[in-house]
Amino acid sequence: MNMPVIKTESALAVPANPAATVLALQIRRSPPGERILTSLKRAAENLVPPLIVLALSVLVWEILCSKPGATLPPPSRVLGETLELIVDPFYDRGGIDKGLFWHMSASLQRVAFGYALAAVAGVALGTLVGQSIWAMRGLDPIFQVLRTVPPLAWLPLSLAAFRQGQPAAIFVIFITAIWPIIINTAVGIRNIPQDFRNVAAVLRLNHLEFFYKIMVPSAAPYIFTGLRIGIGLSWLAIVAAEMLIGGVGIGFFIWDAWNSSRISEIILALVYVGITGFILDRIVATLATLVTRGTAAN
Amino acid sequence: MTDYLKIDHIDKTFVRAGAIAEVLKDITLGIARGEYVSIIGHSGCGKSTLLNIVAGLLPATNGGVLLENREVNEPGPDRAVVFQNHSLLPWLTVYDNVRLAVDKVFSGSKSRAERDAWTLHNLDLVQMTHAKDKRPSEISGGMKQRVGIARALAMEPKVLLLDEPFGALDALTRAHLQDSVMALHQKLGNTVLMITHDVDEAVLLSDRIVMMTNGPSARIGEVLDIALPRPRRRLEMAANPVYLKCRQRVLEFLYERHRLVEAA
Repeated sequence: MNMPVIKTESALAVPANPAATVLALQIRRSPPGERILTSLKRAAENLVPPLIVLALSVLVWEILCSKPGATLPPPSRVLGETLELIVDPFYDRGGIDKGLFWHMSASLQRVAFGYALAAVAGVALGTLVGQSIWAMRGLDPIFQVLRTVPPLAWLPLSLAAFRQGQPAAIFVIFITAIWPIIINTAVGIRNIPQDFRNVAAVLRLNHLEFFYKIMVPSAAPYIFTGLRIGIGLSWLAIVAAEMLIGGVGIGFFIWDAWNSSRISEIILALVYVGITGFILDRIVATLATLVTRGTAAN
Repeated sequence: MTDYLKIDHIDKTFVRAGAIAEVLKDITLGIARGEYVSIIGHSGCGKSTLLNIVAGLLPATNGGVLLENREVNEPGPDRAVVFQNHSLLPWLTVYDNVRLAVDKVFSGSKSRAERDAWTLHNLDLVQMTHAKDKRPSEISGGMKQRVGIARALAMEPKVLLLDEPFGALDALTRAHLQDSVMALHQKLGNTVLMITHDVDEAVLLSDRIVMMTNGPSARIGEVLDIALPRPRRRLEMAANPVYLKCRQRVLEFLYERHRLVEAA
């Protein structure tokens, strides 16, 4: 009665037959024109609905704001008035009279600095809070209170401490982005299954090996959730912070446009801010899938 | 003859929220080299706690564990554990899961190429070489458990600890894997301590069955020698009088003398 067992094992070991079927499937799939058509079709399924909604909204906006006495400009006028800014984002006439590219890049630099600091400090603090019960008891209540302080409330204090706009803005980004990173990292570390800790114990992994081989990969999905929320909040905070500190930056550009009643430029800036925020979010999300290699789903 | 692995007068009490719960009471058990011993008992009787104490994952309240006459009180690869739910790291491939253990245990004694060969050898022992580049999420439950066994075997443990290794598997896969473990034990001669709640599994695989009474304060109720020659064949056993008698003894112990009252 050993026979069936042997049979199953040998069936597992012989890969010759399945390979042949795979080949046959490939031949059937091969017409390249058809494949391009299906991928185009799939792209259209995703792109057409938002485009239709966008077109309809612009149309409604055009109709509503074209009436005499409308307070906001219709899209056609926005386009006409901002064409110069759209076409030439790189001009620089000194001071704060620069193209949108320079404003955006100044804002992105601040976010990059503040966010990078927040990511490093946030993961480190989150690891501490997640690993040590005493660190959690001591720090968690303080974090829970501090994280509810609105970003802009930090700005006056930050200005008082740094006496300069640039570091003050970077600090505001840092303090805005750090809380979700800390909290999510801590949850991720705390949620490392006991099984993995047992495996590490049986293998006698040292602290460093445990950190790199178990903790980081296991908590990575959580850490990246925190990082993604963090980048979104950073971008939210930078516009408001720049409105107050002045200088080059998309936030101040909006504030300046408001003070000179150039409403069309505000609308253009909002579109840029929105798209940039979206791209930042996608970058972190893509990074997350690359790093966790799909184990986030597990 | 001195025992290879000796569990010496172990008590275990848990203190939770001020309440003291005595789980294990005065457990003493000696296991000879190459012996296959199963611990059977109703769920909640503390058999997993006992295995964790032997593994060093839990400290004993009183008493200790001796391996080759040396006390062991922390986890180590000399007592490799096959966990109930495989515990493979999902971000590593099958090969890398085993290689992690091999690299850690043999970092000083084997070269890179030797560690690679040893990893592949152990995957081959459990017939998992074909899936070495897959991740745990891409293989079946039975295959995961095979990899878990390969990882434990790859550590060249003095004692192999199996914590309900087949509990989460369907009946057919379980039987297949039991046959594999029996064949491996025959081939490699490991000393094995297995936790189970499956009577047939215990009788088929073990040299001795340790039956535990119900908790709290679970003790060893009875130890049964299984005097069946090896290799044992599953289907021949179904009609073997010794097998049936042993099975009967265990069933009587579990369902008559030490019936789990709450379970009814």
